[in-house]
Amino acid sequence: MIFLNQILQGIFLGAYYALIACSLSFLFGVMRIINLAHGSFIVVAAFLLFVLADRFGLPPWLGLILVVPVMAALGWVLQVLVLERSLKGGLLVPLLSTFGLAIVIDNLLFEGFGADTRSLAPAIGDLAFASWTLSDDVTIGQLDAIILLAAIVVLGGLQLFLAQTRLGRAIRATAEAPDIVGLIGIDARAVYGFATAIAIALAAIAGAFLGLRATFNPYSGGMQLLFAFEAVVIGGFGSLWGTLIGGIVLGVAQTLGAFINPHGFLIAGHGFFLAVLIARLYLPPLAERLRRRGRKAVAA
Amino acid sequence: MPLLTVEGLEARHGLLRAVRGVDLALDEGETLALVGANGAGKTTLLRTIAGAHRASAGRIGFDSADITALPAHRRVPLGIALVPEGRQLFTGMTVEENLLVAAGRGRPGRWTMATVLDAFPQLRPKFKARAGDLSGGQQQATAIARALMTNPRLLLLDEVSLGLSPVAVDQLYVSLQTLLGGGATVVLVEQDLGRALRVASRVVCLLEGRVTYAGAARETTRERVMEAYFGMTGGR
Repeated sequence: MIFLNQILQGIFLGAYYALIACSLSFLFGVMRIINLAHGSFIVVAAFLLFVLADRFGLPPWLGLILVVPVMAALGWVLQVLVLERSLKGGLLVPLLSTFGLAIVIDNLLFEGFGADTRSLAPAIGDLAFASWTLSDDVTIGQLDAIILLAAIVVLGGLQLFLAQTRLGRAIRATAEAPDIVGLIGIDARAVYGFATAIAIALAAIAGAFLGLRATFNPYSGGMQLLFAFEAVVIGGFGSLWGTLIGGIVLGVAQTLGAFINPHGFLIAGHGFFLAVLIARLYLPPLAERLRRRGRKAVAA
Repeated sequence: MPLLTVEGLEARHGLLRAVRGVDLALDEGETLALVGANGAGKTTLLRTIAGAHRASAGRIGFDSADITALPAHRRVPLGIALVPEGRQLFTGMTVEENLLVAAGRGRPGRWTMATVLDAFPQLRPKFKARAGDLSGGQQQATAIARALMTNPRLLLLDEVSLGLSPVAVDQLYVSLQTLLGGGATVVLVEQDLGRALRVASRVVCLLEGRVTYAGAARETTRERVMEAYFGMTGGR
């Protein structure tokens, strides 16, 4: 039963990873950009929510109503000032420019807030630690349940938006053929602006849950980016439901790693990530070689 | 007053001058066939008229407005649509989505999902299929239908029969004939000279980016076009 609980906790952790990873995956799917400043934007949103809660007593749920549009606007600016120009320079330039942007953002946060560790948990009272006890060994945190629900709603909503709305279809068309959409009246630059705005607005939601379930400081962005990146790679870049699976697989690997050895949390996650990466690289050629050998054997 | 006027148009691919000082005028309801060898500048000319390629000199006028500097997506609402060479569908999306994505972005008009499917009935059974899974002929029909969804006043068709089976080409031209009969204004790039002469009201031949022949289709003989095609001027 303890083992079952570990897996359950891993799934909840994975749902959080899916939340922080989905906009990374979305932006890559639409613009072929890996936004290395993604983790920093999540932390920016967490700090904004912290200020609203700390100074103005606004609970994070209400704070999101303000912070999501602000982050969306920031996303638009990011596209116009950084991504659009970087994209013209080829594949490597956006990596460098967003990496540089991450350093700038992290240090600006440090300048403004110092190195103190913060959390949004005090702003939601009991909910931060309240849980349902299913048996002696199995408990479900109420906040964890909300995070899992939020991950499903966000990913499902994004999927529905891309499939069913006019803007969603325009985004998919632009993702597939940015040079062609102009011919049917779609402004690819505007679509990229909307897509980045959506991605950074989603980072705001991720930032809320980062602050609610854990602590953060100005340099927390790198770790968030790393976990998001691992979830996306495990699940397959650009696939939204794959991102949820990838997040859950990563979360379960980490929790089981910690269960086996107290130091095993990170190493199990990274190890699993590496194993998936190596399997992706070496298995398809290996399978191809075996197939060819099989064909030869049949021919002989 | 012509619908489309092209004056002294130049377009480049880097150092290569693909279109060199082309003049054209097209009245509403006309069908112009653009012929010429590979690399003559036909595709670049169409793409420049649609705004997908930048003009380096000259002027493009559409319905008395100067559109030379407008990007492609702002020419669509004025009524210009290009069916690009190689179809260029959104292959990961269904036929329906390919049409929906273009709907409402051009002008209001008679082309809707229903009328487009009437014009290309071969698309009905494939409506929910991924565009990438269709046959070449069905893909080309989808590409033309997608362009029609913007209700263009000027339709630019680039090599619509390229790579299709003869049967598929015939089927496509049945649909196009009804389109042309309905008074559409079309510029058509077609490799099959006989077919081009049959469907067009006028013929323009390009050679190395320049117009080497222009005339009414009725008065144009195959021989005369072939001379212009290969640049044999007054040889006989």
